[in-house]
Amino acid sequence: MSDSETSITNAHQYLTFILNGEVFGIATNRVLEVLDYTHITPVPQTPEFMCGVINLRGSIVPVVDMHRKFGLPASERTVNSCIIIVSATVDGEQTSIGAVADSVREVLDLDPATIEETPRMGTRLNTDFIRGVGKHNEEFILLLNIDTIFSAAEFASEALDEIPVEESGG
Amino acid sequence: MSDLPEQAFREEAQELLTELETALLELEERPDDMEVVGQIFRAMHTIKGSGAMFGFSDISNFTHEVETVYDLVRNGRVSVSKPLVEISLQARDHIQELLEACCSGAEVEHKKSAALVEELQQFMPDGQHQAGESRDKADTPVSDEQELCTYRISFKPHPHILQNGTKISALLNELAELGTCHSIAQLSKLPSLDKMDPEQCYVSWNILLTSTCSEDAIRDVFMFVEDDCDLGIYLIDTGEGGEEERLRLGDILVGRGEVTQEDIDRVLAKSKRIGEMLVEAGLVEQDQIEAALQEQKVIRAVREERQKKKQEQAPVASSLRVPAERLDELVNLVGELVTVQSRLSQVAAQRHDADLDSIAEEVERLTEELRDSTLNIRMLPIGSTFSKFKRLVRDIASSLNKEVEFETAGAETELDKTVIEQLNDPLIHIIRNSMDHGIEMPAEREAQDKPRHGRVFLGAEHAGDSVIIEIRDDGKGLDAEKLRQKAVSKGVISEDDTLSEQECYQLIFAPGFSTAEKVSGLSGRGVGMDVVKRAIEALRGSIELTSTPGQGTTVRMQIPLTLAIIESLLVTIDGGSFILPLTAVEECIELTKEDIEAAHGRHLAKVRGSLIPYIPLRKTFGISTEAPPIQQIVITKTGGRRLGFVVDNVIGEHQTVIKPLGPLYKDLRTISGGTILGDGSIALILDLVQLMHQADAQEKNLESDHE
Repeated sequence: MSDSETSITNAHQYLTFILNGEVFGIATNRVLEVLDYTHITPVPQTPEFMCGVINLRGSIVPVVDMHRKFGLPASERTVNSCIIIVSATVDGEQTSIGAVADSVREVLDLDPATIEETPRMGTRLNTDFIRGVGKHNEEFILLLNIDTIFSAAEFASEALDEIPVEESGG
Repeated sequence: MSDLPEQAFREEAQELLTELETALLELEERPDDMEVVGQIFRAMHTIKGSGAMFGFSDISNFTHEVETVYDLVRNGRVSVSKPLVEISLQARDHIQELLEACCSGAEVEHKKSAALVEELQQFMPDGQHQAGESRDKADTPVSDEQELCTYRISFKPHPHILQNGTKISALLNELAELGTCHSIAQLSKLPSLDKMDPEQCYVSWNILLTSTCSEDAIRDVFMFVEDDCDLGIYLIDTGEGGEEERLRLGDILVGRGEVTQEDIDRVLAKSKRIGEMLVEAGLVEQDQIEAALQEQKVIRAVREERQKKKQEQAPVASSLRVPAERLDELVNLVGELVTVQSRLSQVAAQRHDADLDSIAEEVERLTEELRDSTLNIRMLPIGSTFSKFKRLVRDIASSLNKEVEFETAGAETELDKTVIEQLNDPLIHIIRNSMDHGIEMPAEREAQDKPRHGRVFLGAEHAGDSVIIEIRDDGKGLDAEKLRQKAVSKGVISEDDTLSEQECYQLIFAPGFSTAEKVSGLSGRGVGMDVVKRAIEALRGSIELTSTPGQGTTVRMQIPLTLAIIESLLVTIDGGSFILPLTAVEECIELTKEDIEAAHGRHLAKVRGSLIPYIPLRKTFGISTEAPPIQQIVITKTGGRRLGFVVDNVIGEHQTVIKPLGPLYKDLRTISGGTILGDGSIALILDLVQLMHQADAQEKNLESDHE
């Protein structure tokens, strides 16, 4: 391991994980921990991609299904399935959120110079969610923008479609 | 932690400002009450003093001006009037603004300060402003904690004192820094101009110093000139005893050795004013008399002040000031402990071990006590906010030209600090509504044989583990017909809906509903009673309104004592745990498959002869699995109605430590939070009122679909 000698600059380090065979990356300074997949308590009347909540050492942490969030086909839970706990800013409030991934791979150092801008089209994802595209061993890594993924507006708009209308004429 | 003293100042100032407001409002009612004036003066004085100490010179300078006026009021030279109280209240608000500006580092509004000071100065008799200033400078360092002593200092410099470069003015200034200082120059030795040697000092001084410092400290001031003067320092008032003893001018003069007792007796026989007589008799000089008179006055003032302070200090209980965050932390820890305790009880129940059982029981008892006393710490009497409302009512009344009396009751009722804070806005809104729409103009009231003064009543009282807050006015009440028409025109209800009068009144809680014909500056700024209702419901409370035309409106709110931990009923639906607040629960009954079939799709349960509607939560939550053959209906009192909630199983009572679900779930109304159960799993807390609203809305949609 050569990175023990080099000074670690968190901003250029990414935790990579797999969703549906594709490689994604989250800046490590936003990752709090990675948990094994555990029982998630479902919360009724919420959009489908919001799996529910888990008990993280006494705090209640919401968990989001990244497959559904990104409109990818759902995949089987395996022993490698895990929950990545990230720190995100929602509505100006710092909060912990869990993201379900098929598996986590490794922590990568990416040279900022090699990170390319998100292509306008073709990613099949909302481009606001992507911060850029990194390249490692001839493999593309979609680097996620945590705060936009979990922004409350994003949730509210989707929530409205799925929750039965609460009040008429309101 | 470097800004700790400033933080302390801010908190102290905030308290003083509240005190000040209460006192000012009291003063308005009883303009002759000198005790209140004293209170105001002291509050200002302390703000000024500590403001200066922490470098908030804007605050201290401005407060000083206000204080000067009240000093004059205290001395009877300015009388209390309504405009004075008005401007003082504005000044108080301005101090608050300054305080906030200073703390946030924002730009200070000097213009406003200047304008207010100018207005204040109009209350001062001419030339008083300067006098007040010079004296107050000396006032500042007086510490309130130690006993104040008054010293008489007789300072008679030798004629040659100026020749070695002594600056007498500097000495006197130094003395003035020790405390309140009154100095009177004795000019009797001053020769006529042609005989005067400008390098000689002919003047001596009589100085009265009221200060907490010791005699030595005073001697230190004169340390370098001791050999060039005759210095006498006499302690004339120590604050211990002698309060009732009257100080007579004659006694003072005798004490000073200016006259003998015989002289006084002789002169007294002529029974004129003693001062004049002594001067006439050539026994003392006019300025000596003046000095003595000054002394008499100062000592009286000092003694009065002390007396007042003693009365004030007596009822204050000893207390600690603790930052709110530390308390929150403690409450959190107790919450964790409650969770662990329930786990312990659960384990103990499975083990059937008598020793373990007894320990678990003991822990349960202790935890409960600990929980209660911890939550108690956060309890504050709601009265602390009442004075603010008093001010509000006063301001609104004068801006609407209405005459309103504000009455309060139950100020000692205690509520969780955060609850009190969150009640603030709703209460303001309701009081505003009462005054704007409820209370009529004085003339209108008289025409209806009502007293000119409208009444607004704000009361609080305990009821079980919640508090009832009531706001009552004796205004014109709500117009049910007008409300109905408005609701129809806004599409809240349809034309053929028949509503009882009381039901019509509840319409004002509907979103986007405003009853005022025209929008006034006070109410109707786009915030309706629906916002109030939502705020109260966010506190897990309920609100209802009753009104009698011509006699007034009453708004009643029921608020839980605390937000952190609630007694609740634990139930399960499809393997998931849910929590219902126990206060709402009335009873639980069974719901069998046969019952459901017999009801033909209607959600009504027969409970001892009465029909109670119920909400099948499985359906509400979109759970598609097969329901157990026997479900349970939890009958509750929700939003003033009896309403059942169908669940799979009722587990039992549970102490619920409420945890927020976080910002991601903030749009989810029907679940108000979560809690962690003894086995580490999560139970969700149901918001019954919101569930009811949702069911109501769905029903309405269903009806309109059928049409």
